[in-house]
Amino acid sequence: MSDPVTGIITPIRLDYTYTPGTSPSAFLRGMKDGKILGRRCPSCGKVYVPPRGGCPMCGVEFAEEVQVSDSGTLVTFAVVNVNFANRVIDLPYVSGEVLFDGADTTSMVLVQGIAADEVRMGMRVTAHWLPREEWDFTFANIDYVEPTGEPDADYASYKEHV
Amino acid sequence: MSSTEVLSAPHFMEFGYTRSTGPMVGAFLTGLRDRQVLGVRDSSNRVVVPPPEYDATTAEALPADALVPVGPEGVVTSWSWNPQPRLGQPMDRPFAWALVRLDGADTAVLHALDALPTQVRTGMRVQVRWAAETVGAITDIACFEPCP
Repeated sequence: MSDPVTGIITPIRLDYTYTPGTSPSAFLRGMKDGKILGRRCPSCGKVYVPPRGGCPMCGVEFAEEVQVSDSGTLVTFAVVNVNFANRVIDLPYVSGEVLFDGADTTSMVLVQGIAADEVRMGMRVTAHWLPREEWDFTFANIDYVEPTGEPDADYASYKEHV
Repeated sequence: MSSTEVLSAPHFMEFGYTRSTGPMVGAFLTGLRDRQVLGVRDSSNRVVVPPPEYDATTAEALPADALVPVGPEGVVTSWSWNPQPRLGQPMDRPFAWALVRLDGADTAVLHALDALPTQVRTGMRVQVRWAAETVGAITDIACFEPCP
């Protein structure tokens, strides 16, 4: 005789058709080609990655598309000590905000290749891409960032992005 | 500017809640696994299905020995036609959501009823159609179906 039932798993699921709009679509097409694309505000000059239709500060439409580097500066980070559903990453791991060179906005990326207690603000990192044949229309093509070994960036160079 | 043709893709958000079932719902689900529907007799001598853990009138915990088998046949007390089933619903073709009061029970359970829209009526006799494999979940009742 089997044991009595003491628990059940009840999945809650919402199905969407996601339509990212013209600017994020261009960004995702760039990701498919292994490029990080942003757009520059003609008024303030800031480069937004990923881009929306216009600059949220100046209220003007973006004009120029720019490719930014896949290397950048870790401006801030969090050490994660509890795994959540479907993640299979060794604990503790670091979730970081990376300011890619040429961009004025940060992107949340997994940090690997360094012990969690050695990660620091200002650390220089570079993207580790999935194998090219796995690239799709997603930022997840960048599997994680890892340290480049360069000297840390000066705080002044990224302080407005922390 | 590069191509601005807008992309589109399926996207879902899902979270699997893990719920402990407690003594009564646990017994109910264990019963379903054994292809047996259970209710509980409460302080007013009513048989409630599925069995609650506490009495609705006195708020006292209901004892396991008050569990009683019901069904597997019953009567439709109310229903609503579902012409366009959604993903995750019990059936992938139009069906009725029905409240079924199983024989021996004083309350009705909500489940899918596999019947033609012209066939469904309040008061009709229905029976449990069990899933091919029972695992201890409400889906062990695949649906209800008209009694032959």
